[in-house]
Amino acid sequence: MPTLNIELLESKLKENFNENILSSDKDGDMFTIVVTKESYHDVVRFLKEDAYFNFHYLTTLCGLHYPDSPFPFGLMVQLHNMPENSRIRIKAFTGDNEPTFKTLTDLWPAANWMERETYDFFGFKFTGHPDLRRILNMDSLEGWPMRKEYPLEDPFRKDKDDKMFGR
Amino acid sequence: MTKNQQVTNPTNTALQEKDYTILNLGPTHPATHGIFQNVMKMEGELIVSAEPTIGYIHRAFEKLAERRPFYQITTITDRMNYCSSPINNMGWHMTVEKLAGIEIPKRVQYLRVIIMELARISDHIICNSVIGVDSGAMTGFLYIFQWREFIYEIYEELCGARLTTNIGRIGGLERDFNEKAWEKIHYFLKEFPAGLKEFENLLVRNRIFMDRTIKCGPISAERAMAYSFSGPNLRAAGVDYDVRVMNPYSSYEEFNFTIPIGTNGDTYDRFMVRQREMWESLSIIQQAIDKLNALEDKTSFHGNVPEFFLPPKEEVYNSMEALIWHFKIVMGETTIPKGEVYHCVEGGNGELGFYLVSDGGRTPYRLHFRRPCYIYYQAYPEMVKGSMLSDAILTMSSMNVIAGELDS
Amino acid sequence: MTKEGDRLEGFEGPGFLATSLDKAVGMARKNSIWPLPFATSCCGIEFMATMASTYDLGRFGAERLSFSPRQADLLMVMGTIAKKMGPVLRQVYEQMAEPKWVIAVGACASTGGIFDTYSVLQGIDRIIPVDVYVPGCPPRPEQILDGVMKIQELIQNESLRRRNSAEYQDLLASYGIE
Repeated sequence: MPTLNIELLESKLKENFNENILSSDKDGDMFTIVVTKESYHDVVRFLKEDAYFNFHYLTTLCGLHYPDSPFPFGLMVQLHNMPENSRIRIKAFTGDNEPTFKTLTDLWPAANWMERETYDFFGFKFTGHPDLRRILNMDSLEGWPMRKEYPLEDPFRKDKDDKMFGR
Repeated sequence: MTKNQQVTNPTNTALQEKDYTILNLGPTHPATHGIFQNVMKMEGELIVSAEPTIGYIHRAFEKLAERRPFYQITTITDRMNYCSSPINNMGWHMTVEKLAGIEIPKRVQYLRVIIMELARISDHIICNSVIGVDSGAMTGFLYIFQWREFIYEIYEELCGARLTTNIGRIGGLERDFNEKAWEKIHYFLKEFPAGLKEFENLLVRNRIFMDRTIKCGPISAERAMAYSFSGPNLRAAGVDYDVRVMNPYSSYEEFNFTIPIGTNGDTYDRFMVRQREMWESLSIIQQAIDKLNALEDKTSFHGNVPEFFLPPKEEVYNSMEALIWHFKIVMGETTIPKGEVYHCVEGGNGELGFYLVSDGGRTPYRLHFRRPCYIYYQAYPEMVKGSMLSDAILTMSSMNVIAGELDS
Repeated sequence: MTKEGDRLEGFEGPGFLATSLDKAVGMARKNSIWPLPFATSCCGIEFMATMASTYDLGRFGAERLSFSPRQADLLMVMGTIAKKMGPVLRQVYEQMAEPKWVIAVGACASTGGIFDTYSVLQGIDRIIPVDVYVPGCPPRPEQILDGVMKIQELIQNESLRRRNSAEYQDLLASYGIE
């Protein structure tokens, strides 16, 4: 089965984006790079449009939250090169309170709802997104439910007696 | 629920004179099989634009998964694509096994293949028979549903449940197939082809059905890729991407099957791809049974992983060690390595992915589900643009959008 | 399909039966229910099985699904009702004409089930009155049939004046339904 030449990809990325590539990891289940927030869109565009690497398929996109880290909010994107059958994971982190990323909707229309979901769950803003609204939750919901501090259970429930449930 | 609305588009005078109709379809429309709302702008009977609203059964799976021990998440995956829950269950188990580096015996892998292919058949039966219902052919639905009931009976023998199966465990299956189950699987393999053939005869070369579905809701391969389609919908557009072949799991690389592809990406092609896949699934089940018979191992139904797999109840009562493992597993105290992993399986309607981040705790730190129909449903407005309302209904049912998976 | 237990009590002779209007109307109503399936998720798939060939709800006189709430007698809520869906469900209930009955099919519709989360309504009885709860996640088709039969029992024994009674008006008022 043909696979991606990771060394070549790593050197190519270093060459084009040098210090914007913060780290890369070859040992995990797939090649993972961490990039700066500013270069995130450019790196993804490069990976998509480069004729050799050709990561033409957007597999998934989701938000991450590590409250204890200095850069608590992150975005994870996975791309797939189907003819070569290789996958790559790109992450970008930010320390801002109102995280803002550049949208990928100009590269893939599929990014539209994935980014809306990330906005809905984490409150990330995507500049250039055509229609950034909540998608799964009600518009009236306050807060960002997938952030770690948000409670899972409905905080307004009155019928649960904590004494009885030992919580 | 229709109302006339004056269009306020000052640039186009031709549009200004016309009266568009705004039609609200859903969220509880009987023809949409689930709760999808579409606000459609109609010009006569043609759809000018459609605006989908989703989230009507958002149940917060990803948040819930952060509070549940690993083995309890199986029940959440059941309720995603509930037409083929066993595939979701297996996908989740394999994700954890991949992270923890658990080796699974060949026999278990083949047994899992049998379960997953049965689930694929039952998923495709629902989708294809519902395409029939929406195009006015109720008969096929009533006949083929008997076979879906039969698959549910097989599930019942395997795990005790019909729909939300919670089948298998991390590290294997919770029990071996019993004799009744084998009997039923063999009966199914013998008798189902006739039933499927009957269903095919009813629709495949049916003039009315063909007129109704060919060129209905088409999508080109390029657009399908741009919208990250996967599964039968992508294959109907002519791209031979199948996770079972591309990233084989559970020994799929040893099986011999073809990936059917379509050419136009329309409703008829999607129907035909699913139809063909059912035949392939039947052949895969037969191959798996042959492989099982050729194996020397006739008894194992789980890997040798006492830290993940519940010991038998008799041992829990009689042996100290088994009792400790039992306690640790049930309380969610088993150690899972730190790390992140992505695992995908070919679900009933596409690439079902699990992105799991573990910090070594008793629950996942973050679990993201790549839900195929959430991703491809956003192409729906593009696919129905310019078509008739009745075709839009047919397009939706042929896309196999499952509300539980869509809204997570 | 009249069973022994289904026979109306009354004064019976050759070719005639004298009974109270309540009982006659109750029998007519219970054997011609028009259900409105409000199927949202997994239980809806089991409802499809209930309607299809093997279980066949039609045997109980309820095969005519009414997709318009205006003509339906029985609201069958099957599946999780999220908070986003709550107002829709309530509107559907309000549109139904009296007399009307409600079944909550499955754990989610009855109590919220395993989804004790910020986005899920913890049981539909928080917004509309419910007559019969069917447990299970999802319930088997037999259980759904049993729920329908329980509703039939209620319908048979309901007084014609119940819907005008002060108690019933109070019940609706407690849900804020006019």
